[in-house]
Amino acid sequence: MSVLHTMSEHIVPLRIYVTIFLALLVGTALTVWAGFRDFPGQLNVIIALTIAVIKATLVVLYFMHVRYSSRLIWVVFTSALFWLVILFALTFSDYWTRCWLPIC
Amino acid sequence: MAEGHIATEHTASHPALQHHFENLEQQREAGTLGMWVFLVTEIMFFGGMFLAYTLYRTQYPQAFASASNHLSWQLGALNTGVLILSSFTMALAVYSAQIGKRRNQIVCLALTILLGLTFLVVKAIEYHEKYVDHLIPGRLFPGNPFNPGKVHLLPGASANNVEMFYWIYFAMTGMHAVHMIIGVGVLSVIMYFAARGRYGPEYHNPVEISGLYWHFVDIIWIFLFPLLYLLGRHLEHGG
Amino acid sequence: MKAFETFETPAAARVNYINAQYGLKSWLLTRDHKRIALLYLGSISFFFFIGGLYAMFIRLELLTPQGDLLSSTTYNKVFTQHGIIMIFFFLIPSIPATLGNFLVPMMIGAKDLAFPRINLLSWYIYLLGGIITIYALLAGGVDTGWTFYAPYSTTFSNSYVIAAGLGIFISGFSSILTGLNFIVTIHTMRAPGMNWFRLPLFIWSHYATSLVMILGTPVIAITVLLLAFERLTHVGIFDPASGGDPVLFQHLFWFYSHPAVYIMVLPSMGVVSELIANFSRKNIFGYKFVAFSSLAIAVFGFLVWGHHLFVASQSVYAGMIFSFLSFAVAIPSAIKVFNWTATLYKGSISYDTPMLFALGFIGLFTVGGMTGLFLAALAVDVHVSDTYFIVAHFHYIMVGGALFGYLGGLHYWWPKISGRMYPEGWGRFSALVIFVGFNLTFLPQFVAGYLGMPRRYHAYPPEFQVFNVLSSAGASILGFGLLIPMIYLVWSMRYGKQAEANPWHLPGLEWRTASPPPTENFLITPIVTWEAYEFAPPEETQVIGKFKEETEQA
Repeated sequence: MSVLHTMSEHIVPLRIYVTIFLALLVGTALTVWAGFRDFPGQLNVIIALTIAVIKATLVVLYFMHVRYSSRLIWVVFTSALFWLVILFALTFSDYWTRCWLPIC
Repeated sequence: MAEGHIATEHTASHPALQHHFENLEQQREAGTLGMWVFLVTEIMFFGGMFLAYTLYRTQYPQAFASASNHLSWQLGALNTGVLILSSFTMALAVYSAQIGKRRNQIVCLALTILLGLTFLVVKAIEYHEKYVDHLIPGRLFPGNPFNPGKVHLLPGASANNVEMFYWIYFAMTGMHAVHMIIGVGVLSVIMYFAARGRYGPEYHNPVEISGLYWHFVDIIWIFLFPLLYLLGRHLEHGG
Repeated sequence: MKAFETFETPAAARVNYINAQYGLKSWLLTRDHKRIALLYLGSISFFFFIGGLYAMFIRLELLTPQGDLLSSTTYNKVFTQHGIIMIFFFLIPSIPATLGNFLVPMMIGAKDLAFPRINLLSWYIYLLGGIITIYALLAGGVDTGWTFYAPYSTTFSNSYVIAAGLGIFISGFSSILTGLNFIVTIHTMRAPGMNWFRLPLFIWSHYATSLVMILGTPVIAITVLLLAFERLTHVGIFDPASGGDPVLFQHLFWFYSHPAVYIMVLPSMGVVSELIANFSRKNIFGYKFVAFSSLAIAVFGFLVWGHHLFVASQSVYAGMIFSFLSFAVAIPSAIKVFNWTATLYKGSISYDTPMLFALGFIGLFTVGGMTGLFLAALAVDVHVSDTYFIVAHFHYIMVGGALFGYLGGLHYWWPKISGRMYPEGWGRFSALVIFVGFNLTFLPQFVAGYLGMPRRYHAYPPEFQVFNVLSSAGASILGFGLLIPMIYLVWSMRYGKQAEANPWHLPGLEWRTASPPPTENFLITPIVTWEAYEFAPPEETQVIGKFKEETEQA
């Protein structure tokens, strides 16, 4: 190794992969089960999205190694999510306020 | 970094080291960052469709629920399981490369590809069912125009908006399927090079970053499944 | 002058990136970022010429109030295609793909971009998109306006919408790959000692531009695809009969297309920072402010797209939010203008051609930016929307801003790129002609627009004719002025004076290697120990206006 070479790769142990895999399957089963039950109000959507977000987070952190990656990678990924929020928030600022005036 | 140290020595450089990089570590960093930046573009790409979905679902909840209930949740759930398993085998492929097990790499990559193909076959079956049920939106097939007759309409649902759901369904799952096909193609190339012994503990960045792409496509489906297949199930029995 | 003059000026390299290899294949299959930059230079010049031809037809038609030169459908196609070619095939790639590709590795001390083959691929993708778009133009054209609004584009237009959309979709990938390459390169390939705050401002602005390319372009990509899908199925998310909303198209379209204008102008601002500092022989005033303002423009630029929807039945409450944010986005741009001005103050200014373009930029961009503030105000925008006021506003930014920066940068780095000097007299002359022609073209349009002349009309009420005649006269002068550099730059490649490595005597890293550079840019990897724009050692910059040595010698 030259002076400029740094060994920074982390090898994720097998058992973590297995655990995450099983957790994802459980999450899927849970999503289906919750989908068929009638929860009050908007809870069905909230539960479905929460489970999906948790599953996605597990994939990102462990399968995609973000848990073991540099801060830069974390920032890159998070900024994409942030930009999605911008797209949604400002677009819905139009659609959800259109009927605030009596023109609908 | 040592002052005055000129980094031009290439003592026994790895054959995969490209000439414009100083060392493999820099090359790996660049490759990984590059794939993540690309995934950012993919997130924004799908984001536009998720926006349309969210907008119209909130506007036509009953129609969307009715349309969604006509999809086969079993096939959707099966496909979800298939993709999750394929992500697992993909992670194992990277792991095998990291510890230098060539045979395991090939097996895991092959399994991942097979599972991806399984997903696509199931998707094709679903699409065929839609064709038979006259649920292809608009006049994409002029001889088989859209007809929501097969869909049980919940109270408050209008047939028009059922077509909107299917339009979005095909746009989103279709685009996802395109990405799956590309992923299968990429992994096939990677598997070919893995079989030739190209990847080992010192150099396996292409396997890693292909894995990143594959996991990303899996994540899109993780969201598509509940949003498209399960949104109206709780209303199925009368509601 | 000590900081860089102790550095040995390299001898003219006999082997440089141009003569290193001969043959068409060595150019078409090159991985050298400098050659790819030249490939882009040729192709974008071609598209600029095509876009300019369309502009000529517009101005010819508008000489008279009657729609007598072109039918209304043809006129619709002409202005649509002028917009599509100029925006997607000239302005968006212009500086990043030519000057950016050439200079980014050199300015950070790297041998190439992070992904040379992807760089070449992005050029081929750009060409493919261009060819498909030209096919659409030749097969019959597209008449929806470059903005492709639904439902005209999805349902009623009989023109080649899908083909044109496909061309744009494909060229978007070129943009994305360029931005990706820049981001990764700047993060991972800086030479030892080149920390973030020693980077030239050209790099900061290209980094910010790349962020916009990455985050914005995918949205127009999906929007064009959804538009095509709707056209094919005859129903969809933008179709009211299906329960859709045409305004959703506008939201998705402008989510990219507003940040796109920052893709067009940010690189130009980076060039101007270089030109102002270097041709005042003075460190840029407020380096960190200028650097961070580039990032701020990139971020804020994503928050304002709704100002294109003020009259599109967008909610007035959303309108107020977007109006406020549109005022806010002007602030970082203004910060740059203030810092450039402060840099000029007590600088040792030389009025070479690049500096003339940079000074022109500052004035014209300010006019464009200020008129943008008028448009951020809801009430004014309602009055001048879809009039020539808007046309004038964005041309001041796109031509007076982006194009001027491009021309200034092209002249400034021409010796580095070609190894030759352009003829300075002709350079200054053409800069002046372009400046005069440009203002004569677009200043009358502000007035015409304010008085009510609508845009995208080939016939107009006779009271607007005088403005149109002035404008068309200006356009001829502008066209003539733009032809001159095309001629002398090509001429100079063969007959121009041979340039030394550092003909302007400047401290930038790109000047510390031969002109033209060798293929690997630097013969040894540089170790950077100086700040950007270090015209004198730090301890001497306290003396204002004169270097200490010269004062003592006097």
